[in-house]
Amino acid sequence: MSLTGSLLRATGPRGSLLRDRAMRLAERVTTPLLPADYLDLFDPLRAGADLRGRIVAVEPETRDAATIVIRPGADWAGHRPGQYVRIGVDVDGVRLWRAYSLTHGPRPDGHISITVKAVPDGLVSNHLVRSSRPGTLVHLEQAAGDFVLPTGGGKLLFVTAGSGITPVIGMLRNLFPVADSGVVRLARSADYDITVVHVAPREPDSIFIANLRALDEAGLIRLVARYSDVHGRLDLGELDSLVPDLSERTTFACGPSGLLEALEAHHAERGLTLLTEQFRVATIVAGEGGTVSFAKTGTTVEADGATPILDAAEEAGVLMPSGCRMGICYGCVLPMREGAVRDLRTGEVTVAEPGDGVKIQTCINAAAGACDLDH
Amino acid sequence: MTVLQKKTGDDNVAAHLTPEDIEQIGVELDAIRQSILDQRGERDAAYIRRVIAAQRSLELGSRGVLLFSLFPPAWVVGTAGLAVAKIIENMEIGHNVMHGQWDWMRDPKIHSTTWEWDNASPSEQWKHSHNELHHTYTNVIGKDNDLGYGIMRVDEDQRWVPFYLAQPLWNFLNACFFEYGIAAYDLELGKNLASKKRRSSPEFRARAKVTLRKIRGQMTKDYVLHPLLSGPSALNTLGANYVANLVRNLWTHSVIMCGHFPDGVQTFERRSINGETRGEWYLRQMLGSANISGSKAMHFMTGNLSHQVEHHLFPDLPSNRYAEIAPQVLALFEKYDLPYVTGSLPRQVGSAWKKVVRLSLPNGFGAKAQATVLQLARPGRRDGQSAAA
Repeated sequence: MSLTGSLLRATGPRGSLLRDRAMRLAERVTTPLLPADYLDLFDPLRAGADLRGRIVAVEPETRDAATIVIRPGADWAGHRPGQYVRIGVDVDGVRLWRAYSLTHGPRPDGHISITVKAVPDGLVSNHLVRSSRPGTLVHLEQAAGDFVLPTGGGKLLFVTAGSGITPVIGMLRNLFPVADSGVVRLARSADYDITVVHVAPREPDSIFIANLRALDEAGLIRLVARYSDVHGRLDLGELDSLVPDLSERTTFACGPSGLLEALEAHHAERGLTLLTEQFRVATIVAGEGGTVSFAKTGTTVEADGATPILDAAEEAGVLMPSGCRMGICYGCVLPMREGAVRDLRTGEVTVAEPGDGVKIQTCINAAAGACDLDH
Repeated sequence: MTVLQKKTGDDNVAAHLTPEDIEQIGVELDAIRQSILDQRGERDAAYIRRVIAAQRSLELGSRGVLLFSLFPPAWVVGTAGLAVAKIIENMEIGHNVMHGQWDWMRDPKIHSTTWEWDNASPSEQWKHSHNELHHTYTNVIGKDNDLGYGIMRVDEDQRWVPFYLAQPLWNFLNACFFEYGIAAYDLELGKNLASKKRRSSPEFRARAKVTLRKIRGQMTKDYVLHPLLSGPSALNTLGANYVANLVRNLWTHSVIMCGHFPDGVQTFERRSINGETRGEWYLRQMLGSANISGSKAMHFMTGNLSHQVEHHLFPDLPSNRYAEIAPQVLALFEKYDLPYVTGSLPRQVGSAWKKVVRLSLPNGFGAKAQATVLQLARPGRRDGQSAAA
């Protein structure tokens, strides 16, 4: 045993050393590119590649929502039901990143799925629902998020509004998979006692309502569906009567910020446990000028809507990369982590959602709202 | 060609334009640019991805064939393929990506801030000397070092020194070793080696180190590793890689000479760009660049630098769009009665070389020499008539 142990110890580092050397040699053969740049031609989903996925199906859910089934690359590390994934999609040639809940528990075929509701003016959601096609390559990050199903069962309440159902459906599908023969009853799911209060503007727009109803009819969950056009706005005061054993349950809520804030106040008053997940629904609206913050230098500059960010920053003493100062040389490009800028030549507005890291030319762009630059 | 602002009357090709005309030209060019920005999208993104995939496949295939370069047909096919792949990488892909033509796609792998090209000069340094200096100060004597690259005199208004006598030779050597010429140029080697202070400045040393590292990497790849991988074909592969690099150097040098050296291209005085308006900047780009006419394949192999005029007006528009806007740009030249310099590749290369040879001698040397010869031939008539000949 001890011999094997020491052998293992000996080959481990040596093996990785050899691999490192082989990799360095391969890099010298392909310089200035990387071996991956050539391997990507053949298999962009292979192990070791940047994490990507290929759309295998686009399944309509309602008239403005669809489930996108994706085969993830070999390095996909899996996910826990309830987690979300950030996905980079090329919309009219431009790579845009958004976060969506994974709407299936881990599936036997290894595919993952997201369910997207097309929101008005939503570039990515409209593209995914209406224009995405099987075979398209998308870019992925590993699953993330703490809004996950607790292990070991318990009494749970899910409060969901609109597309806030998406992380919850991932959890429910994991607990109660639906086969051709109907809902499968798994032993590990027996210890869960689940009530879902789902709020939607109207029944036809309610994603996954059929799934929820099927689970309710099978007696696996208790569904309380509330439609604004029938029941009016949900008053949290009603919650005690809608869910009589509310105080025994741990609440998971996902929806717009208004509902979540009200629920937080409601639960805090009663001393109840609440876990929330909020997706950013408000889009950044471009204005005139704004506060430009430089994350690394720690400087904040008030810039008006007519002054290039480069000039405003330099005036405030920030050392900025610069070049031609007329928008042609791209020597001043910096990543914008979040915010909106306006091209002073064309009036075109560029918006960066959090995490986008859009690279902008500071010499011809003025602030069109608060901007956070990575510099 | 001579410094535009020095000219008066008929010699100044833009003398008939009023300041309002010049600003109007700017407005019309902005509109052309905007029309492309409005359409730019999926089709363009698909184009550059297709070109990159094709280039990489061609390079990989050619290098694969060269593993058997001992067999003459494999050597010929592999060398030709590799030369073409290197040309496409440098011109249609590298040059244009580094201009930021594809930054709008937000793809970190096809972006001006991340691209490194298959060339001796590190991208970072090339972007400074090319995008910033050459494209901003195009054809301004004393500011745009692309006018002769500091080793040649390509304009009557550049002062003649005896060093230029050999400039046809300098130009030929530069063509053969063009990628190293570019690297030296981007390092401003001549200026920086001239004084001890500059030589030992930490900034220059750091940049020189980066360049040397890049050159070492490039040479190791083409002249050590790939030959070794070819086993018994090692020497043949080494030769093939050398020839592919040489062909790429000669081709890129010829194309680039056609951009600003041919007859009819204007140059500008240093002080003439003080307080230059956007319209005036556009006008300078219009008069300071020359196109090459030819087939689609020729345009592609020049990285669309054959549309030099359109490229200099809109350096960050995707290269696949230059052909599309060329007729509109030409119409604008005609509307304002400005010379749109263009010609076939052999004609433009010939024109540029002729100038390199002519300007190796002081201005007017040819005419003076002719006059002297005539005088010598007719010793009896020293009345100055020959000066008019």
